[in-house]
Amino acid sequence: MTATSRSDNFEAEALEEGNTQMRINKRWLRLTAVLFAFGLVAAACGDSDDAAPAETTAAPAESTEAPAAAPLKVAIVAPSASDDLAFTQSMVDAVNALNRDVEVAITDGTFIVEEAAVAIRGYAEDGYDIVIAHGTQYGGSLQEIAPDFPEVTFVWGTSADTFGLPNVFAYAPAADEGGYVLGTVAAQMTESGVIGVVGPIEAGDAVAYINGFKAGAEATGDVEVNITYTGSFGDVALAAEAAEAHVSNDADVMTGSAQMVVGAVGVASDNGVFWFGTQANQTSLDDDLVVASQVYHWEVVLELMLEQIDAGVLGGTAYEINLANGGLVLEFNDAVELPAGVADSIDATVQGIIDGTINTGA
Amino acid sequence: MSEFFTASVLVATIASAIRLATPYLFAALGEAIGQRSGVLNLGVDGVMLLSAFGSYYTVLKTDNLWFGVAVGMGIGVVMGVIYAVVTVSFHAQQGISGIGIFLFGLGFSDLLFQEQVGTPKPISKLPKIEIPLLSDIPHIGEMLFRHTLMTYIAFLLVPVVTYMLMRTTFGLNIRAVGENPEAADSLGVSVARTRYATIIIGNLFAGIAGTSLVLGLGIFQNNLTNGQGFIAVALVYFGAWRPVGIMGGALLYGLVSATVLQWKVLDIIPTSASDLAAMAPALLTIIVLVVVANRVHAPAALTRDFDR
Amino acid sequence: MLAAIVAFACGAIMLVAVGASPIDGFRELVSGAFGGGDQLAQTANRATPLLLVGAGIAVAFRASVVNIGGEGQIIAGALLAAATAQAVPDLPSILLIPVVLVAGIVGGGIWGAIPGALKAYASVNEILSTIMMNLVAIQVMNYLLRGPMIDPFEVENGTRIPQTERLSENAHLPILVDGTRLHLGVLIAVIAAIAAYVILWRTPLGFRLRAVGHSPEAARAAGIPVKRSVVSALAISGALAGLAGAILVFGSEAHRMGTDGSSAGFTGSAGFNGIVAALFGALHPLWTIPSSFLFGGLLTGATQLQRALQVPSALAIALNGIVVVFVVSSERVRDRINSVMNARREFDETPSATPDSAHPADDTDGAAPLEAGGASP
Repeated sequence: MTATSRSDNFEAEALEEGNTQMRINKRWLRLTAVLFAFGLVAAACGDSDDAAPAETTAAPAESTEAPAAAPLKVAIVAPSASDDLAFTQSMVDAVNALNRDVEVAITDGTFIVEEAAVAIRGYAEDGYDIVIAHGTQYGGSLQEIAPDFPEVTFVWGTSADTFGLPNVFAYAPAADEGGYVLGTVAAQMTESGVIGVVGPIEAGDAVAYINGFKAGAEATGDVEVNITYTGSFGDVALAAEAAEAHVSNDADVMTGSAQMVVGAVGVASDNGVFWFGTQANQTSLDDDLVVASQVYHWEVVLELMLEQIDAGVLGGTAYEINLANGGLVLEFNDAVELPAGVADSIDATVQGIIDGTINTGA
Repeated sequence: MSEFFTASVLVATIASAIRLATPYLFAALGEAIGQRSGVLNLGVDGVMLLSAFGSYYTVLKTDNLWFGVAVGMGIGVVMGVIYAVVTVSFHAQQGISGIGIFLFGLGFSDLLFQEQVGTPKPISKLPKIEIPLLSDIPHIGEMLFRHTLMTYIAFLLVPVVTYMLMRTTFGLNIRAVGENPEAADSLGVSVARTRYATIIIGNLFAGIAGTSLVLGLGIFQNNLTNGQGFIAVALVYFGAWRPVGIMGGALLYGLVSATVLQWKVLDIIPTSASDLAAMAPALLTIIVLVVVANRVHAPAALTRDFDR
Repeated sequence: MLAAIVAFACGAIMLVAVGASPIDGFRELVSGAFGGGDQLAQTANRATPLLLVGAGIAVAFRASVVNIGGEGQIIAGALLAAATAQAVPDLPSILLIPVVLVAGIVGGGIWGAIPGALKAYASVNEILSTIMMNLVAIQVMNYLLRGPMIDPFEVENGTRIPQTERLSENAHLPILVDGTRLHLGVLIAVIAAIAAYVILWRTPLGFRLRAVGHSPEAARAAGIPVKRSVVSALAISGALAGLAGAILVFGSEAHRMGTDGSSAGFTGSAGFNGIVAALFGALHPLWTIPSSFLFGGLLTGATQLQRALQVPSALAIALNGIVVVFVVSSERVRDRINSVMNARREFDETPSATPDSAHPADDTDGAAPLEAGGASP
């Protein structure tokens, strides 16, 4: 092929592409125009930003000082699914457990910060009283959004930062506390002396829980606590195999954090290994082997926030759920018999943590 | 490090590798059959999720594992028919339609799970079947011959698929259609029918992969596969479209993952390096391929549409 | 048209099944995408990474290279950009913004060049290597964001959330239209797409890339360095994605980078949806502009649908999938895309093409024209 004929071919091809592009051009323009027009018409016919469906935006925004008049409108924006038996579910359960009439709206699965920001803003515009941004990654967006809506309370977790804004509350779990207590129980229940831990990534409340657990276990007995961070929050198969690896190393008690632990619990079930859970009550995963779970009862701090709101203060405090205020509850499975003396030691440990005499090493 | 090289730990690691490899193997074999006929299917992950949910729900309600497997296979076939219609009859762009199927599978499986089940509930798992005599061989027995039926089937499929591709007329047709559909067509091979068949088989395998995953774990969750379907597609390239190569890839991936987990337990890998270690399966897959340096070529008509 | 009707029908069935009204649903979908200034701005912002990744994929495709590594390249670019802002936070905006954007380009470019080199010099199929590099990128991100790059506040407080601190204000991309969230990134993306077009069809580099894409043997015979071109193609593709990553960090309201352990948590699956946008744009950088805008609209509208109707977000995802499948099945779209594809392929079938060049199998591993994609979400 000579140089000229090659470039001729390119030219010919380019020309053809050019022609095709012009045809494409027109089709695209038409399509875009149609959609755009449809959109404008739809927007015009429908209500404005306040969406039409009655279930979410009925009454106009209420004065936050009116005590228990109309139901409180609470919105939750969360990253993972509401059914994850862990992080998101704990908040959904908490809002539903509040001691007053609430109208709840949920946007889940918004792990993308931009989408969450849109949702948060949207709820604020729709006149929600409280918007709970239940994801640590949403903080930056809140910092921008909250000042635009001074009448709305924004609640952010897990975090300890309110950005100094008057309408932002923050909440975080002292996961190490419950972890420590469960660790002490685990150490008393293991016969092989080996305890396995399956974690996601060494960050967030997972690492706090696991560090507390390890500290509690090692303070109680001569046990080996092996920790595996799989590197993923969602890889269930990997979590299962991590548990298998622990079992093959003689672990007879295990624990873990994050939604992928359901895989690990399955392995625990197969091998008669006791399990300790966190974030939500995991007894339903195995009635016989789940010993206890550290359950996040966010409603404890939510109620505290509501009290403040009733008094006219819309934000400014960072709350912690812990053993002292009852935000962290260790829920034991009645079907599992604890060895003698363990129950008492639990109470003593809890008290010690509350007093501050025990250092959970967080 | 010496703790790793004890018999029991090594045995456990290899057994774990085989378990991890199973879904990849099913899915990649199915994808390879489709790709050999010139069809790329990126919706594998979505099909796996739909079948996984279907099998899970069936077992949850009926406690019958066979039904669960049947439902999973059925869903695979249905999705295969859909994909075949879209790709072969409607001549849609394979890349896009595959991703569309993936999105649909991801969302729909989770939607059904939220609406019908609500929270992860455990189900019965596939039992481990010990092959008589062979499973009693010290160490090897425990490593290789105490797995679920699905695992055995996955590995048995390797010679079966190889035979099918290389020694049957059907296999010949598949390869012909994948290399040069015009020529195959002129020789009387129905490109459409062949591709319909390979797509349905491929999606059936993807369905089985999802079923094997969920029934092996005994539980379902949103996005259970966590991207395994895409890794399976990558493994097809690793294996150079040959079942044996694909098996090698699945085992390599599984083995590295399992070894990393063991080393984490044994503290050979400290927790501070846990993320770097988690990269190992991906990195090693690339490195092995570099070292092996096979010059292969893809089925020439891969993703090319054929319209008589 | 039949396809569109079936798509609507499927979506309607799903909506009814969860107790929502299909009419309301579709109205929310469209108004959420295009129904007002805020929505348009959001759509444009959402479209930006899709456009950049899509343009990059188009560039790579023209050299017959398939880039499924968008997710990883976005992350790599974002990490380098964020690290740069952490390193020199006090540079004035006029300098810092270009610097961080360049950092994004460099980060993504490197992440793309690696599979490019692997393909060119080691015959490693790029679909495999780019998918694997995505996985590697996630772990690098996790490691850096919970380690060296973590916000000191997190460490002090023990909350240890894997994210950076709020990055330098000087690097925040300015808003283009007051009162909306439309930021500079949108403009940059459009310019980049145009630049990609110009590079491909108006520069010697682009000519070389396209020549290699048509026939490596012929290109080599003409003295074009094939291997280097393959690397360039993936590097450029990665660079565009990396730019998207930088824009995601500095254009977002959060102005910080965090991880939730997955790639989609940061990218919004842009590395992946960008492939759809590119394919709908017939793998041409300019037509990727409207297609990414439309697809961005679909994604944005779905979020509003979810919020307004209180249906699970899973439904929105499934709906996206259905729409994609049916749109791509529809005749008009199919014809349009195929015509551009075939214009390219007819060249392969000219007399000068021997049976061997039907699958250029020399030092590439015979990646026949692939317009595929899909990374781990």
